[in-house]
Parts: sequence; structure tokens; C-alpha cells
Amino acid sequence: MWDWQYARSILPKLLEVIPTTLAATFAGFIIACLLGLPLALAKRSRMKWISIPVTAVTEFIRSTPLLIQLFVLVFVLPQSFGITLSPFLAGIIGLGIHYSTYLSEVYRSGIDAIPRGQWEASIALNFSKARTWTRIMLPQSIPPTIPVMGNYLIVMFKETPTLSAITVVELLMTAKVVGSASFKYVEAFTLVGVIFFILSYPSALLVRALERRMKRSERRGLAR
Amino acid sequence: MSQIIQRMDENEPIVRYRNITKSFGDHIVLKELDLDILPGEKIALIGPSGSGKTTIARLLMTLEEPTSGTIEVGGEMLWHMQRKGNWVAANEKHLHRVRSKIGMVFQHFNLFPHMTILRNVTEALVHVLKMPKSEANQRALEILERVGLKEHTQHYPAQLSGGQKQRVAIARALVMQPQIMLFDEVTSALDPELVGEVLDVIKGIASEGDMAMILITHEMDFARDVADRILFTDGGLIVEQGTPKDIFENPESPRLQSFLSRFLKGQSELQADTRIAAGTE
Repeated sequence: MWDWQYARSILPKLLEVIPTTLAATFAGFIIACLLGLPLALAKRSRMKWISIPVTAVTEFIRSTPLLIQLFVLVFVLPQSFGITLSPFLAGIIGLGIHYSTYLSEVYRSGIDAIPRGQWEASIALNFSKARTWTRIMLPQSIPPTIPVMGNYLIVMFKETPTLSAITVVELLMTAKVVGSASFKYVEAFTLVGVIFFILSYPSALLVRALERRMKRSERRGLAR
Repeated sequence: MSQIIQRMDENEPIVRYRNITKSFGDHIVLKELDLDILPGEKIALIGPSGSGKTTIARLLMTLEEPTSGTIEVGGEMLWHMQRKGNWVAANEKHLHRVRSKIGMVFQHFNLFPHMTILRNVTEALVHVLKMPKSEANQRALEILERVGLKEHTQHYPAQLSGGQKQRVAIARALVMQPQIMLFDEVTSALDPELVGEVLDVIKGIASEGDMAMILITHEMDFARDVADRILFTDGGLIVEQGTPKDIFENPESPRLQSFLSRFLKGQSELQADTRIAAGTE
């Protein structure tokens, strides 16, 4: 059933695409982080003509499957708008946009957690709106969200096999190709599972440790 | 022209509330308030909780917008500006400019927890007044020394006691050199043994003179010592006002009389409690 020698022979092929998988994860995560913050600010905006449409769009993206959004990027964009993206680029953009809606909620909770008094002190000291955000609000609201962000990074990593549906050659895609060449699927898919586990479990432990450390410093009253 | 301005500086109120009403929904917090504050004048606002005294300060600090009426600061409308000959609601730029004359210290300190004490004090100097960092540090150190916190400049707010935090908050507002300072129940959140150090700092600032102050307080002795004029508010109205002597020795309105007697009773009960606790009674 399990062929060790065969498993060893296909391992290099699988390891070869790890960089692609990680690159997609990190690129997608960076897009999600950069896009999530303005989305959070827009959703909290007092100007209804900004907050309502942005909230509607983010809720829509969050409530529909990533796979459909990837198909839109790959099939609809070229046909309707004449924009053709490479599968990899479409993959990271799709992943980034999809998860930016989740991260915007994380940012929002961080911002909402700041006491009102911080806003009032900023007004009393006559800080401009922009300065209040960059000097007072964001430096306080982002650090407590870092563990949650870390968790989303791991979730995004585990989501990368979805990109195989738009022909991005990542781990799952490679395993399928390797397996179908020899009709030995057990080894290929098992190895993919093991590789995902080896990469994501330590990361999860790291995030948990970070979370504990932040809770401790929060108790000491230094984090907030 | 310059003569006119000078005359205004000396005799004209620096703050003018005219017909100010503030309501939250159906609840009216201030009713048609008129109040003038002279440059350098020290005013204490006393009265029961919910009588509108905090709202008087918050309207001036632009933390709340009046429902109707006007406020002038230094001869300029605070909440209104002229555009093409019409009075319209002030925009952010206008508020920013007029607000620079006002500073405020809060009940709950509201220090910036992610900054050292020194940066709490220099941040607005550098980023609002655009002062060079070295000069800002210099000014901050001088003022922190004045409030007795020079040795804590590199600490974070969480490492200080309530009284120390409040003294930092005072330094942070003072360093901006406002013409009017608002103190909103600045000792209410403090342990009793820390109240004195904060009040002493404020008394020191008040004795230096030229800054107008609004002191919202439940500390009657402090109000008597520091204020030029005391205003008693109740139910959204200024019920009575006068010199500390008038207010404490000859209260006219029944409401002020009962407020003061409740206070004095409270204080004597407190003293009795202390005596019992100390075993002298």
C-alpha cells in the first residue's frame, strides 16, 4: 500500500513548490493587511455614503466562496474587461481581497477597543484627524490584534490549495500531477498533508506563544 | 486699531457663552446658558452630578456641539464661521484654530498608554505646534519638573500612581500654553490620599495668574481657595454665582443651601468615621 521508496522519489518535486505556496500566502496576506485597514476605516466612517456601500461589498465578499471569486478574476475579467492576469497573480489578488474583508473586522475590533478618552485627549491637544490616527489610535489598536492576524496567516496558508482550481502550481496541484502519472495517490497526498502540518503547526504554536506574552504584558498594564 | 485690541484684551471676556442649550435626545442638559469668563479669571463650577457643569466645559473643548446658541473665544465664534456673509457651522480647520487657545484635564487622565511620560508631554508640541524635538524636550522637562515628575520621564503611564498620572496630564495640557484651562473633576477618580498632591499643583498654576481656568470640582475647600468666582449649577441652570465668600457664607437660593449642607454633613460624617476608625471616639 505505502511505498517508501516512491514517496522519497516524489518528495523533491513537492518540496520544489513550497516556495510558490509560501509566496502566494505571504503576498496574499500583505494585500489583505494593506487593504483591510482602509476597509475598516471606511466601514467605521460617519459618512454613510462611504460606510454603507463598503460594508455591503465586504459582507458580500466574506459571504461568498473564495473559489467563485477566483473564477471571476480568471474568467470574467479577461472576457468583460480585457484584463488578463496570470493564474498566480489572480490567486494572490483573490486571496488578498477575500481575506482583507476578514482582517478589516480584526482592525475594526482593535480600533473600537480604544477608550473614548483617547479621542477626547487628542481633540483637547488639538491633534489633526490624521495625526490622531497615525500617532494615537493605530499604534494602540494594531499590536493587540497581532495574534489574530497570525491566525489568519495560517488560515490563508491552508487555503492555498484552492488556487489549484485556477491552475496555480502549488502543493496540491503538484501532488495531483505526480499521482496521476503513476496512479499512486496515497503517497503524494499524504506527503502534502504532512508538509502542510509541519509548516502550519509550529506557526500556530508561535502565534499562541505570542498571544500568551501579550496577555501577560496586558495584565501588567503595559500593552494598553 | 492696536489700541482697540489692547482694550479688548484687558476688559473683554475671553469666553462668552450666549444662550447655550444642549440636549441629548429629550434630555436637556443646559438651558439657555449665558456666561462670560474674563482673561485670567478662575471659575469654579460646583453642583450635583448631572447638573450640566461638565457639559459647560465639554462644549468649550469642542467635545460636544451645542444644540443652540453661540460660544465666543477671544472674540471669535467657536462653533460657527462666516462663509460668503452667512454664518455656517464651523469646519475642522476653524475648530482647530480656535481650539488652540483651550486646554483640558480629564477625570480619567486619558494619558497615551503607549508613550513614555516625556513623549506624552512632547507629542503635541512636536506634531501640533511643529516645534523642533530638542526644544520640545526642553520645555517638557521644565514643566515635568514643575509638577514634580522629572525622575519619571522615561516611565510609562501604567507605572505611575493616579496622582502622578494626573500631574502628567496637567503638564501635558499646560505645555501647550492655552489661554483657558479646563479641569473636569480631576480628583474624582483618585484615592483620597492622592488628591492633595494634584490640588497643590493646580493651586500653584492658578497663583501664577494669567491663564483663565474653569474648575469643575467637588472639593469645596479647593474651590474656595482658588476661585475668583463660584458658579452653582443645578438642573441645567446656573442657579447662583458669586465670590467664594458669597457662596459659602451667604448662599441665597434654597437649592444651594441644601447642596452645601449636604456637603458639609457628608464631610463631618467622614471626619466622624475617621475618628471612629482611629479609635478616638
